[in-house]
Amino acid sequence: MAKQSPRKIRLSTNPTDEELRALKLGDVVYLHGSVYTAREGVYIRTVEEKQPLPLDLPKESAANFHCSPAASINEDGSINMGAVTATASFRFSKWLGEWFKLSGAKLILGKGGMTSKDYRRDFVPNGAIYLTTVGYGTGALLGRGVKQVRNVYWSDDLGLAQAIWLIDVEDFGPFIVESDSEGNSLFERENARVAETLTRAYEGTKPAVLKRFGETDDRTDELI
Amino acid sequence: MIALDLIESTANELMRKAAVEIPRDYLSALKQVTAEEDAGLSCFVLETMLENYEAAETDGRPMCGDTGCPRWYVKFGNESRVEGGGVGLEAALRRATAQATHDIPLRPNRVHPLSRVDHNNNVGIGAPEIEYGFEPDGEWIDITTVHKGGLFGTDYRMLFPSDGIAGIRRFFLDSLAAFGKRGLACQPAIIGIGLGGSKDACMVLGKRAACLRTVGDRNPDPKIAELEDELKELGNSIGMGPMGFVGKSMVVDCNIEVGYCHTGGMQMSIHAFCLSSRRATARLFPDGRVEYRTDPQWFTPYQRRETVEWLSSPQEKSA
Repeated sequence: MAKQSPRKIRLSTNPTDEELRALKLGDVVYLHGSVYTAREGVYIRTVEEKQPLPLDLPKESAANFHCSPAASINEDGSINMGAVTATASFRFSKWLGEWFKLSGAKLILGKGGMTSKDYRRDFVPNGAIYLTTVGYGTGALLGRGVKQVRNVYWSDDLGLAQAIWLIDVEDFGPFIVESDSEGNSLFERENARVAETLTRAYEGTKPAVLKRFGETDDRTDELI
Repeated sequence: MIALDLIESTANELMRKAAVEIPRDYLSALKQVTAEEDAGLSCFVLETMLENYEAAETDGRPMCGDTGCPRWYVKFGNESRVEGGGVGLEAALRRATAQATHDIPLRPNRVHPLSRVDHNNNVGIGAPEIEYGFEPDGEWIDITTVHKGGLFGTDYRMLFPSDGIAGIRRFFLDSLAAFGKRGLACQPAIIGIGLGGSKDACMVLGKRAACLRTVGDRNPDPKIAELEDELKELGNSIGMGPMGFVGKSMVVDCNIEVGYCHTGGMQMSIHAFCLSSRRATARLFPDGRVEYRTDPQWFTPYQRRETVEWLSSPQEKSA
């Protein structure tokens, strides 16, 4: 197979519906504008505890990054930010439907994507797509795309890792388009393509003598 | 006597080196893997990672924003003495962890498991982990830091002799399939496997196999070395590459360590040391010299000994 380079696209962090519809699974995206971090700490506080957002969304940004930056705040309030890397998004599925309504987010940036079921249920009706980081761990490249930290919210009570960091970015990437405007998932497409060779690799192996719950969900089963 | 100030400043520098400089054994292996990969998306991911290492070293910023869980391995030459003893040493390592987290900066990952309290410095109850080893002779101490991810790619299973090598293969594949999809294991990785011991010892062995050996070295037991080669090849044949995309780059290397176990069992643990395989080691001498390296040289013949007595001198061995 010839090595093909993916298509590279520059995208605003407040993209139009038309721009999002033009994106195809596997396209490579570089962002400009502002992104903010929000993960479970923020979702619990806003979606479950109904606390008002401390910043104006989606006006400030429509790009929610599942990320805790490698950053520190000095005593004089100045901020050092070196590297940024996403955290796995599948854990946040249960909050996203409500979160889209609160935040108006159009882009979810993270690690590893979510399921096409999540996309069709929560993303498509809100005109949002998912962009995955690459690797994972292009923390230095993403760090280069950070122009300045505009603000950090809720760091005192949520800690630096769970706080909302509002960040101005330029050439921020690369990201790969994981879900499109119809709710298809690149990861699921690749899983299906890997399935056959994966099955072949299992030939000649057998299940372990001692089973574990999870391999059966019937608790009346014995595991031997 | 090795001075505490020297331990703390060296530990600070080790934190920085681990976070910023990808070990050369891993880097050259990944370049090889990239040259051999032919699937488009997998190639793009690997080439981007190579660019990322370069950006990290040029800018002096961490290669990955997820610091993982920084930990320490300390090995004492048997003649070494440390100012302040073990308590002084542990305090120095905790101070260096907190200081480096702020200065580099690293992500403050460590929180209380229930209250979720974050001290913003990667220090807390049981954090960072500090593990110890000893080596005959030597007035030096070796300090190694490892920044390994803390969420995905690790598992344990109680296997039995009747599971055999086929059972080892099966659990190996199960773990790659479980954590390889969507790239949760941040592969291609150094896969460390622990065989035997008790459950806790098995986990420790496997983690050390992943983090404290370099790409390309082999277990001195030829049977184990053969299994390392076989599992590496098997892992790269499942059709999966980085991020779970179609490809053939899953396992940069497979390292296996064993420990004697209960006669009825064959415990197995598996650990994936990721695309940011962060480790750095320094040897500290009483005269103040410090020698940095990236090979922890943890698994010496002494660490793998199986006899009652350790016969260290050539005269004793030939007796």
